[in-house]
Amino acid sequence: MVTAPRAACAAAAATPDPELPMLTVADLGILRAVDTTAEGVVVTITPTYSGCPAMPEISADIRRRLRRAGYRDVEVRLRLAPAWSSDWITEEGRRKLAAAGIAPPPGTPRHRGPVPLTLGQPPSPGCPRCGSSRTRRTAEFGATACRSLHRCAECGEPFEAVKPL
Amino acid sequence: MSTDDSPYGLLDDDHDDGHRWAFGTGFADPLAGVEGAVPPGVDRAALARYCLALGDDALIYSHRLQQWVTRMPELEEETAIANIALDLLGQARMLLARAGGILGRTEDQLAFFRDEKDFRNVRLAEHADRDFAELVGRLLIFSTWRLALFDALSGFPDPVLAAIASKGAKELSYHRDYAARWVVRLGDGTALSHQRMQDALAAIWPLLGELFGPGEETQVAVPAGEFDAVIDTVLAAAGLDRPGATPLAGIGGRTGRDGVHTEAMGYILAELQVIARAHPDATW
Repeated sequence: MVTAPRAACAAAAATPDPELPMLTVADLGILRAVDTTAEGVVVTITPTYSGCPAMPEISADIRRRLRRAGYRDVEVRLRLAPAWSSDWITEEGRRKLAAAGIAPPPGTPRHRGPVPLTLGQPPSPGCPRCGSSRTRRTAEFGATACRSLHRCAECGEPFEAVKPL
Repeated sequence: MSTDDSPYGLLDDDHDDGHRWAFGTGFADPLAGVEGAVPPGVDRAALARYCLALGDDALIYSHRLQQWVTRMPELEEETAIANIALDLLGQARMLLARAGGILGRTEDQLAFFRDEKDFRNVRLAEHADRDFAELVGRLLIFSTWRLALFDALSGFPDPVLAAIASKGAKELSYHRDYAARWVVRLGDGTALSHQRMQDALAAIWPLLGELFGPGEETQVAVPAGEFDAVIDTVLAAAGLDRPGATPLAGIGGRTGRDGVHTEAMGYILAELQVIARAHPDATW
């Protein structure tokens, strides 16, 4: 639901993610709502990872940007459910990731009942530099909670990918 | 992109709330801004006890994993363990904040100013891994159990606990798969790695009983069949035997969930709490 003036929405939406600075919170799909209430502007976001240290930074930055845009009373609320999924990254966000050399996440598999165990290596995404599908995952965990490390056999370049969550 | 929009340009910018773009300089309540009313019909005291127990599991386990950082065999595993520890710490913070919101205490008060007998974590969480095989074997057991538990909790009547569990389940599923792949690799590896993996399981197995036992704070049952199915699949792929260990007894039947811990727990808390207790009003 968006009931706030367009300027407030634009100011909140343009807030960058500190760990993936090429993406805005809108690209990342964590911006849930920007509303105007009697108390002022209320921005609702959904956290990505439980321990993600970027969340307080993002909240503070949203408040700062809205104040700079002229809104005095700004509140940032967290909405925990439904939990964020990498499927919420927009098409624009995916393009920006690829342009920055980071492979966007594949779709998350749907399952009914218990989460199936994966013992083999999950498929590695295509190389964001040369487009080759001859890549392999070199590490499941990278510099931040949301990224994994890969290498392309075609162009030889290592690259990062956003993990499906 | 104007300087104003560049996140790097903001590095030297003054932020409100005392935050800077360096992480970890501004700790806020992890549930700040979350609609937190406990629904009518939910027993508040029981909910607080349960969140405390689940939060303590994650806090103590995370601390044990953090102790491995700088000691891992390869940089990739170092990063993996640090990331898993961070996920669990995030879960702990939200669960302790949920419990604290009901009890009138902050997450820091609960983490740093409770004594051993007031911690409600299962004893599996405090176990000191003697080697990498114990690290991955214990992580397989813990994350498989916690994933089944969090899956069951995603429909819990308290929406905050249900949301924390739904989110945590996504993280636990890749913790489990990471641990499972290593258990298979070691079990199905050399004669030495196989033996050490088998020995590791034997060391951990006595701590399993507590995970499925009825406790005062238990509010949902972990589907034991679901847990067994995953563990059996991994053990079969690894060529490992399921140990036939006797569960570690409690004291007068009381175990970790009752605040009765193993010798390891005092050492963990000493390290975890010393700074906060030495400088109770410090901020950084």
